[in-house]
Amino acid sequence: MSFLLKRPATRRRALKGMFRGGAIGMALPLLDVFLNDNGTALAGGAPIPTRFGNWFWGMGHTPGHAIGPDTSKIDFLEECKALIPYTKHINYFGRFNAPLDGRTNITHQSGWVSLKTGAPPPKYGDIPAPTFDVLISDVVGGATRFRALDVACTGNPKDTFSARGTYSRNPPEVSPLALYTRLFGPDFVDPNSANFKPDPELLLQHSVLSVVEDQRKQFANEIGAADRARLDEYTTSIRQLENQISLQLEKPTPADACRVAKAPGEGPIGAELPIVQANHRLMTQMLIMALACNQTRVFNMAFNDALSCLRRPGNAYTHHILTHEEPNHKTLGYQVEAFWFNCRVMEALAEFIDAFAAVREGDGYLLDNTLIVAHSEVSNAKLHQVDNIPVMTIGTAGKRIKTGKHISGNGDPVTRIGLTAMQLMGVPIETWGTGSLQTSKIVSEILV
Amino acid sequence: MSTFASISRLAIGAAILIGVTGCGPQEPASTGGPATIRRLSEAQYRNTIADIFGPQIVVSGRFDSIEREEGLLAVGASQAAVTAVGFERYHALARAVAAQVIAPVNRGTLVPCTPAATDGADDSCAKIFFSRAGRLLYRRALRDTELAALVGVAHAGAESRADFYNGLSYGLQALLESPDFLFMRDATVANGSRLSPFSKATRLSLLLWNSTPDDDLLKAAEDGSLDTKAGLKAAVDRMMASPHFNRGMRAFFTDMLTFDDFATLEKDAALYPAFSLAAANDAREQTLRTLIDFLITQNGDYRDLFTTRATHITRSLGMVYRIPVAIPGGWSRYEFPEGDNHVGIQSHLSFVALHSHPGKSSPTLRGKAVREVLLCQKVPAPPGTVNFDQFNDPESPAKTARERLAVHAVDAACAGCHKLTDPVGLALENFDTAGQSRTEENGVKIDTRGEIDGIPFSNGTELGKALHDNPATAACIINRFASYGLGRTVTSGEKPWVAYLEKTFTSNGYRFTDLVRRIALSEAFYAVSAPAKTSTKSAGAAHYEGKS
Repeated sequence: MSFLLKRPATRRRALKGMFRGGAIGMALPLLDVFLNDNGTALAGGAPIPTRFGNWFWGMGHTPGHAIGPDTSKIDFLEECKALIPYTKHINYFGRFNAPLDGRTNITHQSGWVSLKTGAPPPKYGDIPAPTFDVLISDVVGGATRFRALDVACTGNPKDTFSARGTYSRNPPEVSPLALYTRLFGPDFVDPNSANFKPDPELLLQHSVLSVVEDQRKQFANEIGAADRARLDEYTTSIRQLENQISLQLEKPTPADACRVAKAPGEGPIGAELPIVQANHRLMTQMLIMALACNQTRVFNMAFNDALSCLRRPGNAYTHHILTHEEPNHKTLGYQVEAFWFNCRVMEALAEFIDAFAAVREGDGYLLDNTLIVAHSEVSNAKLHQVDNIPVMTIGTAGKRIKTGKHISGNGDPVTRIGLTAMQLMGVPIETWGTGSLQTSKIVSEILV
Repeated sequence: MSTFASISRLAIGAAILIGVTGCGPQEPASTGGPATIRRLSEAQYRNTIADIFGPQIVVSGRFDSIEREEGLLAVGASQAAVTAVGFERYHALARAVAAQVIAPVNRGTLVPCTPAATDGADDSCAKIFFSRAGRLLYRRALRDTELAALVGVAHAGAESRADFYNGLSYGLQALLESPDFLFMRDATVANGSRLSPFSKATRLSLLLWNSTPDDDLLKAAEDGSLDTKAGLKAAVDRMMASPHFNRGMRAFFTDMLTFDDFATLEKDAALYPAFSLAAANDAREQTLRTLIDFLITQNGDYRDLFTTRATHITRSLGMVYRIPVAIPGGWSRYEFPEGDNHVGIQSHLSFVALHSHPGKSSPTLRGKAVREVLLCQKVPAPPGTVNFDQFNDPESPAKTARERLAVHAVDAACAGCHKLTDPVGLALENFDTAGQSRTEENGVKIDTRGEIDGIPFSNGTELGKALHDNPATAACIINRFASYGLGRTVTSGEKPWVAYLEKTFTSNGYRFTDLVRRIALSEAFYAVSAPAKTSTKSAGAAHYEGKS
């Protein structure tokens, strides 16, 4: 029998009975949830989806030199000077805390883990619960080829801030060429192509996964309950790939903003600042095209790592070491070299925002249809402080949040921000976090 | 030569290098530990494909990382999951491997039958292929239902593509993506008290070869001989005489010495121009060659690794060590002269560079590595509230690392841990972050005095002697190797067994091969205890409450 499709098919129809008349069971993903409901649409008529992403940077801010104390406005100071043109797209969150409930402050880890999972890590390396981007991707990620995309600009595949647990960390792409190949290589289907023809190979690949799924069921029957829980993610992973294949069998919805850039060359990767900056620019462009081409709706971008290994060529000290070992300037009163790195990091964030703001989509821009949560892991790196970790939201999530606000948490748990983001993205959750980090209170001040 | 192509033509009956003597203390009873499910590591995946299908099959791609637990990735593998990205990668790898196996250049040797016609399905030939390949990949014989499913998918693929071999590739892909291949499950017998013969074969093969069991080992599992003392001894002898044995031991030391960190090791090129990528790769190889040559080939005393001047070098390394190397592009034996600071593997570039910052050395990181990697001691994590004010004093006259680190001594929050690490790491300050010898820092002579566990020393050479004599050194290698083989930490019920290993290791002159053989032949190594009761609810599931 031929595997060539004779008519446009839905995912379910394409799979049902097309392989030797046998049933191929698959759960269809939650489709078209969280599409823009504000009346804006693509030229083809499809509503514009809302995307979510994290942008991580390590080493926080230089105290007193990043943002002014007046919470009636966002008053970016010298360290955040590059962000000033983008203030209207940003909400800045200050004085939100990460109470550890007596647990040790695991340096450069407790902060981001608390912020992202709602629970302080009990020991070094632990990630006690899924990060909230994972919970969001569980809801909105099924409608696209990739449930989420993870990118790290330092060249280190261990630099990830997205995980389902300690032993299940989402590995980031660290090379622009590898990211490009994964996104826009042979398996990419251009949503704007006039000639869509599903590849019959996809059905054979789906049949392979059906056999694997049967093997998985048998395997699961032979192991204990605790190990079965561990196998859950493997199960989810099979289904994600099945879903990916199924989506490739359908004619994709046209996406006006989708413009595939040309492939990058094989460039250096590493933690030298110029290399990190260059790779951040390249991978940002790929990321926004992946969003515009509807390849994913969730992303994690790590500019540097939590123990920032950024360094200047010819300089013995990394960004992180400087925050601890550099003397305060005699007259300025702060660590000038560490401050210099912080400024470069904020410049990278400004470039990131600018890239989203430059892509037209519907009657607005990609940034309007995106919610970015940018955050660090400490407030003051020198002292490893996890209270008042800088957090920003960027974009309006489909015109559903106000921007330009400087919100003071007055010591409330930082989990309020993650909870707000999850609810905005459709995660059915009203209480999040453990102990003093538990909250049911979103940041309603930013909601439209 | 691939295992699958020739079904193991390894040299059976090769000379036994070292025998465990029949006399001496008897192995005590052990209650064993919990059964585990280990995820295949990247190296194990690569070795398995090479062993089964031959080294010509290229495995090109990335793998999910494994978290290091209790000093070992092998222990972390027992907790490792497969992420969506990881599975996507396994899928791509499986497609690529399967395509190569059925390629015209390989099918003649790797497909053990000739199909009736190449332009369609041949279920009989497919069944032969899958039963042989599947047995090696799953480390057990395939069930009839499993075979039928594979033959079915191959049949459909062959009809669709009008190509028998293409059809085979889909079944092979399924094998390579299955949990039975990607995870190694400890199956048990005798009411769950010991490993099944197939799991025993797998544990043994991972320990000695870091790969899948070969045909002979699976036969020993199938015919029951692996469960006899003589059969187990024959298998261990054969495997230790195989060329794969060195590969297995290299895998252990790569894990123990945290050499996976070489993947992201960087040194500032402007400050350290001699530290090239070639030098970094050779540094890793230098230490592994030294270890294998010294411990396996020469059957040396493990403790002497910390005092030996003998090593292997290349021209790239010669540039770092500032010694002339005549042979371009190759390895040669070398002995650092008396008086040179390079004594013991802790002075190797692989150690001092790996445990440093990109632009400067770190006595703290080096001291921590000596404690944790070589002695299996734990150094507490740094406190979150450190006062760096004294460190940040712009008027500080400190010129050397020792002077800078002295600040920690006056802060009680720092002193507790830094007194464990810094006096050890300072002994290696004669090597900069790129491993090059130096005698001064910022114009001040470097002071390498220190102490470890009450033993004072004046330099790195004497630190090596202190490590040689430290009882923790031998205890550490035993503990690490046992945990590496078990895929988990040693349980309290296994402590008498570990004590027995320590005793015999000592009495046999600290010979590493003897330790390997004794563990591989131990009943305790294959003993299993009842699993501890654990919650079936994942941490994440209990963590948040949904609206619906």
